[in-house]
Amino acid sequence: MGVPHDLEFFVDPSRCIGCQACVQACSECNTHKGHSMIHLEFVDRANSVQTVPVVCMHCEQPTCAEVCPADAIKRTEDGVVQSARKPRCIACGNCVIACPFGVPEVHLAEQVMMKCDMCYDRMSVGKKPMCATVCPSQALFFGTRAEIIALRPRSTPMSTFRFGEQTIKTRVSVMMPRASASPQHLDVTAAMDDRTRGRSLKLAVVQDGRSDDTVDTDDPFAAVQV
Amino acid sequence: MTDRTQAILWGLVTTASLAALIVVGSRSLAHFDAALVSYTFASLFATFGITYRYTMWLRRPPTQMYWRRGWQVFASPRHLGRNLLQLLRRFFLEFAANRFIFRRGGLRGLTHWLLMWGTLVAGAITFPLVFGWIHFETVPGHLDTYRAYFFGVSAGTFPIESAIGFIAFHGLVWASFLVLGGVMLAFRRRMVDHGAAALQQFGEDILPLLLLGAISITGLMLTVSYSWMKAYAYDFLAILHAITVIFTLLWLPFGKFFHIFQRPAQLGVGFYKEAGERGEQARCARCEQPYAPLPMVRDLTIVEQQLGFTYEMPRHAAGHYQRVCPKCRRALFGLAQGAAWSGARS
Repeated sequence: MGVPHDLEFFVDPSRCIGCQACVQACSECNTHKGHSMIHLEFVDRANSVQTVPVVCMHCEQPTCAEVCPADAIKRTEDGVVQSARKPRCIACGNCVIACPFGVPEVHLAEQVMMKCDMCYDRMSVGKKPMCATVCPSQALFFGTRAEIIALRPRSTPMSTFRFGEQTIKTRVSVMMPRASASPQHLDVTAAMDDRTRGRSLKLAVVQDGRSDDTVDTDDPFAAVQV
Repeated sequence: MTDRTQAILWGLVTTASLAALIVVGSRSLAHFDAALVSYTFASLFATFGITYRYTMWLRRPPTQMYWRRGWQVFASPRHLGRNLLQLLRRFFLEFAANRFIFRRGGLRGLTHWLLMWGTLVAGAITFPLVFGWIHFETVPGHLDTYRAYFFGVSAGTFPIESAIGFIAFHGLVWASFLVLGGVMLAFRRRMVDHGAAALQQFGEDILPLLLLGAISITGLMLTVSYSWMKAYAYDFLAILHAITVIFTLLWLPFGKFFHIFQRPAQLGVGFYKEAGERGEQARCARCEQPYAPLPMVRDLTIVEQQLGFTYEMPRHAAGHYQRVCPKCRRALFGLAQGAAWSGARS
């Protein structure tokens, strides 16, 4: 049956609140029962609580499939890159270290690679992927392009990425700022030397019912410095 | 010489070799059953098709790399003894016992185990008989005793009316029972498992089961016909059975059955991975943590270049995106998007 072409997956990491709902929901999917295939990654755990949900981006030319020696990874006509076909997968792990987004996993005991397949069992019967269904901040959104544009007028979906000299086009889009001079792609490797900005939180110390900072305002958070 | 020409040549070599073995094994066709000639030609076609596809598969850059490395690592004089022991262990645990499939689920393991052993037993009986490699003759002066010949050489005698005789002459019946059990379990899974139902394709998943089921049922019907029904409709059933078997043989190189020949590559991969674990590990250019064997990363970089990928990073000290671990790749995705938004706000 496949996935209707007008329905797309949109990821907006800047909206992620790290609640883990997607991680829990993902394991409910029938195509990878009990295994959560979404990666909820801390960007820089020591300095920041920033998290990024990473699902398979379903590349048009999937590196994982190209480097698979067993020819086990197939992209269906609806543009979904499926988990490795179990009779063929030899669990070599090439896909794991080749995927530019760091998505596939290899389960050595079962000798098989698994990855997010956009909840193919659900989507092929008209339902949304589990993670997008439960995401409270809508960092993961599944719907039409018109819907997301109407909901987020300041954002625009982008599905072209750069990794060094390599350009990768994907079925899944990331939400980017809608600016007049917006780039044609998201250069992922440009962030190689970026780190999250360390932030400190300074709160006014309350002594004898009075704050040590004299703030002439009714705002209880006025003295907070971030 | 193009890949295709090489594959055709290898196909012709293996097909000619099998034809020669049939002539030799059947003693210049003296023991070849002409009634089974259609099975023989289907087998020869399957041999050509499987070799052609296998050769084309080996020409793919990642497969070629693993094929070469797998043999290099396996035959390494320093580890050959241990590798042979490991090969034996894996052969029994992973192949004969299907341990890795049982780990996916008990019923799933049982399904595959029944299908695998049913088809292996059936193949081990059918092919030598069809090719004339095995035949039986009554022992002169002892009409109740059979002598078995393998490649024209006597391989022992046994009484016809004995347990060994009963088991041997009904070998395909026992194989059919195994296959049918597996086929039923497989169909059950495909009916009740939503995940399997969503992903299955007729040609890839259903047709092989139908073929195996058809072969087993028509084969059993032959036994029923000559054992209990005075050979009722035997000729028709024999043709029907031949059609199912020949179609399956012709289908061998194209569909799911090809994994029978592809899957042993798992053994080579195991040795490659073990060698990788023993050696130096690649450290991520970003977090400096080990994430994969260094030779594997180097090999993969070569394979990517052969495939036309350009993950080179000339403006960064890392040099190549393959030097970044999967965890950091995921973090970079978030950082890059965050940086785009920061830039838009400032």
